[in-house]
Amino acid sequence: MEKKLSEFSPGERGVVRRIDGEGRVRRRIFDMGVTAGAEVVMRKAAPLGDPVEVTVRGYELTLRKSEAACVAMEVKSND
Amino acid sequence: MIKIALAGNPNSGKTTLFNALTGSTAHVGNWPGVTVDKREGTYKKGSVPIGVVDLPGIYSLSPYTPEEMIARTYLLEETPDCIVNIVDVTNLERNLYLTTQLLELDVPVVVALNMTDVLKKRGDFVDAEKLAKELGVPVLPISALREEGIRELMQAVYKASQKKRAGTSVLAESSLSHLIGDVTIALRGKGVEHPLFHAVKLAEGDEPEVKAHPQEMQTVEAFKKQCTDDFEGDFEALIADARYRYITAHFSAAQRAQSGKKQTGSDRADRILTHRIWGIPIFLVVLFAIFHFTFGEDFLYLNAMFKIGFDVETGNDILNSFVAVFFSSAGVSSPGVILFNLMDFVCSLAGDGIANGVSAAGAAAWAQGLINEGIWGGVAGVLSFIPQILFLFLLLSILEDSGYMARVAFISDRAFRKFGLSGRAFIPMIMGFGCSVPAVINTRTLADEKERTMTNRVIPFFTCGAKAPILAAVCGAIASRYAGVNADLLVFALYLFGMAMAVLTVALMHQTTMKGEVAPFIMELPSYHLPQLRSLMVHLWDKLKHYVKKAFTIIVASSVVIWFLSNFAWNWQMVPIQESILYDIGAFVQWLCTPMGFGSQLGRFGWVFVVAAVTGLIAKENVISTFYVLAPAIGALIPGWDDGESGIGPVVALMEATGITWQALIAFTVFNMLTIPCFAAAATVRGETPKGKFRYTLAFWMLTSYLTATAVYVVLSWWWTVFILLALIALFVALLVLRGRRAACRCGRCGAKN
Repeated sequence: MEKKLSEFSPGERGVVRRIDGEGRVRRRIFDMGVTAGAEVVMRKAAPLGDPVEVTVRGYELTLRKSEAACVAMEVKSND
Repeated sequence: MIKIALAGNPNSGKTTLFNALTGSTAHVGNWPGVTVDKREGTYKKGSVPIGVVDLPGIYSLSPYTPEEMIARTYLLEETPDCIVNIVDVTNLERNLYLTTQLLELDVPVVVALNMTDVLKKRGDFVDAEKLAKELGVPVLPISALREEGIRELMQAVYKASQKKRAGTSVLAESSLSHLIGDVTIALRGKGVEHPLFHAVKLAEGDEPEVKAHPQEMQTVEAFKKQCTDDFEGDFEALIADARYRYITAHFSAAQRAQSGKKQTGSDRADRILTHRIWGIPIFLVVLFAIFHFTFGEDFLYLNAMFKIGFDVETGNDILNSFVAVFFSSAGVSSPGVILFNLMDFVCSLAGDGIANGVSAAGAAAWAQGLINEGIWGGVAGVLSFIPQILFLFLLLSILEDSGYMARVAFISDRAFRKFGLSGRAFIPMIMGFGCSVPAVINTRTLADEKERTMTNRVIPFFTCGAKAPILAAVCGAIASRYAGVNADLLVFALYLFGMAMAVLTVALMHQTTMKGEVAPFIMELPSYHLPQLRSLMVHLWDKLKHYVKKAFTIIVASSVVIWFLSNFAWNWQMVPIQESILYDIGAFVQWLCTPMGFGSQLGRFGWVFVVAAVTGLIAKENVISTFYVLAPAIGALIPGWDDGESGIGPVVALMEATGITWQALIAFTVFNMLTIPCFAAAATVRGETPKGKFRYTLAFWMLTSYLTATAVYVVLSWWWTVFILLALIALFVALLVLRGRRAACRCGRCGAKN
């Protein structure tokens, strides 16, 4: 099932399918290790609901929901 | 001398390694094209001395932030003899991503695997030999923190620097290998240095490269058209993907799987510090605690709660003032206040000593005045504040080094976005409480140019260490004259006022001159760790040198000039202050400040405030040292004046002499908080601002300070004018909204341009 990273709820995990969007932000998302095949776990949202914190490639990354919406994910069952 | 560059991700321990390598030889130089802050030093423990340059921490060589641009430009244009790539083994995959890019340069590379001790503790290990074989460059395990493996590393670096190395790319295994090979050969044929690096960046469609090599770009475009694989010519994604694919394929084996999903201490700390409900209150408490520890006269509010404060009377003046360093009727002093009092105590003893010495030596009256008032008066005013400011700096550095600042960005981003900034911009602003100069340099980590400009403009509104004494002296003086005023709270309110002005002006800029998308927010949240004493001390030592140098150069010079102008007449005769050159100049410009309450209404000595504000443009410490220089002469004219009081004394003297109201004093402080910052900060902002745009920033500071100080004075003096002010603001906002509507209207009839 495909789902945007921004729609993940805390604890949910998945594998990156592709990065939509364009330009420098997309480039940055790649540079930070969010590329096709990477496993991403949604950790939590900030106190005001945005941005979100995810674990990718063994470290914690934070990005806004608007940016996470560019990340198309394959949902993995949580076990 | 051999020159090496340290490159690596932020938080990889690069600075720790730099400090371990260079020790006391470290100094700050200039990056090509930008003004400040290139850390250099020499490693002397090897067979030959090796020059070390500390590059900014970067994730990639793509030009996302100015820092990455600085690192890239340095590597390409001033090619070092060897790159030492620091890799944090606890975060191997993302760190090696940068490594794969560095390897494409025609420069010897040595990889330093840092934090191997942490990994060992966790029961994991990384196979350095296997890594070295795969990457084709030496790989050495080190612990920068414990200074382990440094000698071996530097031996390998020396050896590597003696040989030439041609770039290699992990993309050799990808479907782009032919394209990159062709472009590399074409670029090499033209004599371009680092052809492989440029070829890969060109294939990525990297902006600066496309501009520099339009001809080769055509080859790339042609190749793109034939591409039929999954990526459909999206080389940028393909290359990033290939790099990470290579890393996972080859090095997952080198790193034994991370031991389960155990919760680390960092996770636990994060659960509290970025808690959904408690995260923001905790931040506010931390911020308040920092100021309370630095400026609080009543530590932990013990006196307010238990009424324990009293003045100690021993019958010995020196002993009395020594006890008052720690304890007074206000209560127990906070650590920052103790530091201030101690230094003030030492300075006043030294001042007495100097005065006695000079008069015992039988110096002429003018020489005594020059030494006691002109030189020592100005310097003492500054010196006494240095320990307290360093303490504030220490606390802010701890916040930064521990990793908490990144969390502050995380929890504040949503609130900041409304005003057109990202939470990331909040970090340099908080650093501005210490000193604007490093804060402005920190904005290089912001990717968006508009965001950088806006942040740089408002950083000075976060009252820096040099402005803090103005607040302390003015609020202290007001509190000593008006019962019921608490100096601490007044200072805190002014701090908040500065922050509020920053938010308001940023919102205003975002609506008018700095329109556009809000800057993106993508950042790492590094693991928390205890700040290292050594790097904290390096920070503090740098700052101490900076302040002491300033006190004995710029501030002595300004004080002497002020003293001279206030003691001599146009005919070079020494005269009382009311006949001096400064008196004439001051009277001439005094009217300018009338709307702010410290102009013509103040009578014959009102210009001291104008003069202080003007000297403050050189260095904000000058405001107070100008008071110190002028107060004795002016205080002498007040019947029964005793200049024995330290700290707030000079301000009280000037209040008496000029009859300035407390409202005008507040306006004066606000003006100094918001106006053009010190010379050093203004120059730094200029260096970080696109060419030709700095004059707008100057105009912004002048207008904001003048208008705000005027509004503050008028509203505080005549409270009902607040309605006029509100009406004016409402009118302004309405005009803005109306303009926005018209611009958005597409009817074609109302005259709006699209």
